[in-house]
Amino acid sequence: MTSATTSQPALRAPRRLGDRVFSIAATTSGVIILVVLASVAIFLVSKSVPALVATDKEVTDVGMSFWGNIGPLVFGTIWAAALALLFAVPFAIAIALFISHYAPRRIAQGLGYAIDLLAAIPSVVYGLWGIMVLAPAVQPIYVWLVDNVGWFPLFAGPVSGTGRTVLTVAVVLAVMILPIITALSREIFLQTPRLHEEAALALGATKWEMIKMAVLPFGRPGIISATMLGLGRALGETMAVAMVLSPAVIVSFALLQSQNPTTIAANIALNFPEAHDLGVNVLIATGLVLFIITLIVNSLARFIVNRRKAFSGAN
Amino acid sequence: MSTEVERVTTSKRTLEPKVLWLTAAASFLVSLGVFVVLSMAGITSGFDIVATVLWSAFLYVALSYVMSRIVEGKRKATDRLVAGVVTSAFVIALLPLISLIYTTVADGLNRLDGTFFSSSMRNIVGEGGGGLHALIGTLEVTLAASIISIPIGIMTAIYLVEYGRGKLAQAVTFLIDVMTGIPSIVAGLFAFALFAIFFGPGIRFGIGGAVALSLLMIPVVVRSTEEMLKLVPNELREASYALGVPKWLTVVKVVLPTAIAGIITGVMIAISRIIGETAPLLIIAGLSTNMNYDLFNDRMTTLPVFVYTQYANPGRDAQAYLDRAWTGALVLILIVMALNIIARILAKVLAPKGQR
Repeated sequence: MTSATTSQPALRAPRRLGDRVFSIAATTSGVIILVVLASVAIFLVSKSVPALVATDKEVTDVGMSFWGNIGPLVFGTIWAAALALLFAVPFAIAIALFISHYAPRRIAQGLGYAIDLLAAIPSVVYGLWGIMVLAPAVQPIYVWLVDNVGWFPLFAGPVSGTGRTVLTVAVVLAVMILPIITALSREIFLQTPRLHEEAALALGATKWEMIKMAVLPFGRPGIISATMLGLGRALGETMAVAMVLSPAVIVSFALLQSQNPTTIAANIALNFPEAHDLGVNVLIATGLVLFIITLIVNSLARFIVNRRKAFSGAN
Repeated sequence: MSTEVERVTTSKRTLEPKVLWLTAAASFLVSLGVFVVLSMAGITSGFDIVATVLWSAFLYVALSYVMSRIVEGKRKATDRLVAGVVTSAFVIALLPLISLIYTTVADGLNRLDGTFFSSSMRNIVGEGGGGLHALIGTLEVTLAASIISIPIGIMTAIYLVEYGRGKLAQAVTFLIDVMTGIPSIVAGLFAFALFAIFFGPGIRFGIGGAVALSLLMIPVVVRSTEEMLKLVPNELREASYALGVPKWLTVVKVVLPTAIAGIITGVMIAISRIIGETAPLLIIAGLSTNMNYDLFNDRMTTLPVFVYTQYANPGRDAQAYLDRAWTGALVLILIVMALNIIARILAKVLAPKGQR
């Protein structure tokens, strides 16, 4: 090398002012996220503590207790979400298969948009539709079910006269989470290695046998994590449940009665505007429980996705 | 593989497409006939189009399975059955969408008039009145939430893609995942808990709603922007550095313009998601029937909350309240659809040239 370089010991770009400002701004944004989430946790916990340690006298003053309500509320939240999953998952997988493997190529993308449209509709509109259209439409079916298969515990009477039952809520929730599960499963199905599919077909498999042997095993982790994300959404859904359900704070597996276990989110939405003093703390404490449940479900989903990324040879 | 490929037992005979079309037409006609007779006999109230479609689909799938089983054998028949089931699942899933959009448009048109867009609900107990106060509220709260979220979201994405290394970046990535899963009502509770500490427990104002919505909007903006920035080829960055351009100018003049189409689409989708949020605003922005232009003072109603309260607290003339609720829902859906369509068009128009 020439002497010019040796006379400059460190050949480094000068630290420009713009660079430093920009880097600090970007890092600050990252730190803001940290601070915001920390403050969410701190504020929610600090507002919940009075409800957790309330004395019996305070509880009777406000007529609401955390420890007395949280059990049925958690049950109702999980029960409604689980029923919704039961309806949504088979449909979502079938629709994802239809779009990825059955529909004509040219229109497949358009059909995908149609399903995505379901995700764009605000939840309050779903609530309005559920209560004004769906509930009256399914109520005669409920009457028939109670009359004919009422011996089965889930369909035990007396039947609800309005159709505002946990089963209707589950159908509305299923429609709401369908697009999420469909979109993710579709992406996974489309990533199935072409060679696997062609190998199966070359061995003489029919289309369904090819899907059973190549597509579904490849897509299983994706389907599981999509289901978990859908579950997370169904657990936190508020307005559709608040508007459609005729609620009660109970533990009951009956699907068609007018007393239905309500969910945490719907309970907060319905009672918050009138709550005061300790009542507010109780509702915030239940919100904290909801936050923790969804956090666990979502983390599990991410964990499954990430584990799959690490082991799959596709990337 | 657990499923053995069975010995090829398919016969040479196959079902002609013509036969299948005939079967489909026949099953539709049969169910149409059954339901028309049922409705004329007065057993069902009116003609039920949904049940007709469902039954004809069911009939067709069952018939084609039996026919294929007889003519083509078990494996082909199962194949046809699955194809039929999968297609029916798609059609059934479209039913709620069609029903929802049909009802919203049909019932919403009743009050889609000048009064709806020019008056508030002040002193209204029956007919008349409108959602102007809610439209203004939606506009202001959404705008405020966007002003908070978009810069933070985009800068965080830039941090994660261009600068972030080590522990902090990992933590931020994880926390964005956590934020994506926050239920909207919890975001509302957070905003309430935050402002109640400074302003007392009765606090209700628009900016609180904007803070709650930002909590929901930031992760969406970060995720979509991050994806888009990752798509920008590294060659572009290196070419820029090689010309002596500083890093921040490389980001501003090379990386962001390349990704701008995707970023704008992501932001629009995020806005369309939060504009329909009800629960957090119910908690922190409160209910109001009056015009309120001031974000920082007093209760402020947004369109989704308007729809909810019109349904939930009807006054003397319940039908008038319901009509207003449907019209509010229709306006809301139109706004969300418009945002989605504009986002897609912008993505097409602004996409980097020369890639197609």
